[in-house]
Amino acid sequence: MATRRRKSKRQQQLEAMVLVPMDWVEERSGLVGATKYFLFRKVPSETNWFHTLGSATLTAFLVQAVTGVILAMYYKPSPDEAYASIQKITNDLTLGWLVRGMHRWGASVFIILLFLHMGRVFLFGAYKYPRELNWLIGAILLATALFEGLTGYLLPWDQTAYWATVVAININANAPIAGPFLGDFLRGGSEIGTETLARFYSLHMLVIPGGLFALIGLHLYLVIRLGVTAPPWSRAAAGYDFVENGPGPVRKGLVEPRPRGHGSMGTPSRTEAGS
Amino acid sequence: MADEIERPGEEAEPEGVAEPHLPGPTIWPFAFAGGIALLLVGLIINWMLAAIGAGIALVFGFLWIREATREVRHPVAPPPPPLRSETAEEEEVEPERYPRSVFLELSTLGLGAAIGGIVTVPALGFMIAPAFVGQGSEEVDLGPLENFPKDQFVTTTFNSKKEEGSVGRRTAFIRNNGVANNVPSFTIISNRCAHLGCPTQPQGLPGSSKKIEASSGEVTITPVASVSGFQCPCHGGAYDSEGNRTAGPPVRSLDRYEFFIKNGNLVLGKPYSVGHVKGTGAKAKIEAYKQADPGQHVDGPEKIFYPPKFWGP
Repeated sequence: MATRRRKSKRQQQLEAMVLVPMDWVEERSGLVGATKYFLFRKVPSETNWFHTLGSATLTAFLVQAVTGVILAMYYKPSPDEAYASIQKITNDLTLGWLVRGMHRWGASVFIILLFLHMGRVFLFGAYKYPRELNWLIGAILLATALFEGLTGYLLPWDQTAYWATVVAININANAPIAGPFLGDFLRGGSEIGTETLARFYSLHMLVIPGGLFALIGLHLYLVIRLGVTAPPWSRAAAGYDFVENGPGPVRKGLVEPRPRGHGSMGTPSRTEAGS
Repeated sequence: MADEIERPGEEAEPEGVAEPHLPGPTIWPFAFAGGIALLLVGLIINWMLAAIGAGIALVFGFLWIREATREVRHPVAPPPPPLRSETAEEEEVEPERYPRSVFLELSTLGLGAAIGGIVTVPALGFMIAPAFVGQGSEEVDLGPLENFPKDQFVTTTFNSKKEEGSVGRRTAFIRNNGVANNVPSFTIISNRCAHLGCPTQPQGLPGSSKKIEASSGEVTITPVASVSGFQCPCHGGAYDSEGNRTAGPPVRSLDRYEFFIKNGNLVLGKPYSVGHVKGTGAKAKIEAYKQADPGQHVDGPEKIFYPPKFWGP
């Protein structure tokens, strides 16, 4: 543009300081472009606070991951030491009460947000074509997260933890045909004991979080690829409102990858648009 | 974000393909759900009702599937035959060619699979197998017989496995039935509820407990007077004094232990599951089964869902 104000030398140097390394990285990896593509996506203009539930859930998961990693530095997964190490984290170690509290209550927050996010997606009809696959991944994520909760519940190794896990494993063991195998697999034997605690610890901090990270990656990939749905009351998504001064016949709202072939994406008459 | 400006490549897609296939409005799912609900209610109330519910669910489920797949089945049905014949012709021409690249591709995949298997199978085996191999119970010495007064239950807590420490603590309710047919008789009932494994409590008056040192470790013995039965605090399972279910969700009687008498000491053997006990005390007829996890049926028609553990002790 001709009207752009000329920058001072100082300003140019400062910009170069940021831009040159970024260009260097971009040229060799394409990561800057990918990040921009990820962060600066188009979303429907009628998004509202309910659309933040997904990222809130992600944040809750990340809080669990970070606090969990730190708790693992102090926790000892053996029957003789587990309870004592939790007591030490809670009562003796500096800020231990806070991090354990975050992990303990954050677990509930994570599950609650999962359900709220699920409810939002359901009520907005965001599970419909072409996002059915993402709904399925979300459902698997929910089950995996609940399993994470189950395995984490045993780790304090107090009476509640022990008996709740006895009951939970026996419920699994009541599945027809597979039950007897499943029960012994979860317990690591015929009775809850040393093996069970170590096994649940491994599942809780390695196996299931790994699965959750992978599933969340897939979930986000599909969100980025398919875009965010407008709320069901959106006039724009229904094809009635159009962006004033927009770049050509781009419909406001509803960013979908393949709405062509409907006729709804075409240029309707101005009278129909009511503007 | 994917819109037409940023993804020109997608415009090549034929129109009409993007049309989402929404099924027409139909009432069948509601009828199907009604059938399922009836089935579930029937499972609790009446088998006939359950059968009717299952029938309704089957019929309307079938109708629903027909309805939902109608659009898919009809237009798609005609085109395949020519397609299939085309590919068949191509394949007929193909077989004489077996190029190097195909061989290399397959051998790379095969080698990769073999290497992957060599690494993965033992690791998975190590994850799963130890849970099933070498299960068993140790004999537990509970100390001299004098500690078990005749015709009275004592709550006995002991270490089932020495190396497990406090995690291996188990509780059994033991009643000395005196001597029957010149053989001492004991009723030894596991406190593990046959519903989901919570600890049941004896319904009686507990006396003062004492601790004795047996070769299996510390054994705590608490006499309980006039035991009328056992109850579980978790979900309300109740049993009579022989361990037969009297109320609540359990599906069988309380488990029991085999016992021996060695050098004047009472010794616990293997635990086993019990279907039902007829009679009491020394004259009890016990339907014994291989030990199953709590909640699993050992008798009745439901037992087909719970095959006995062939890997167990």
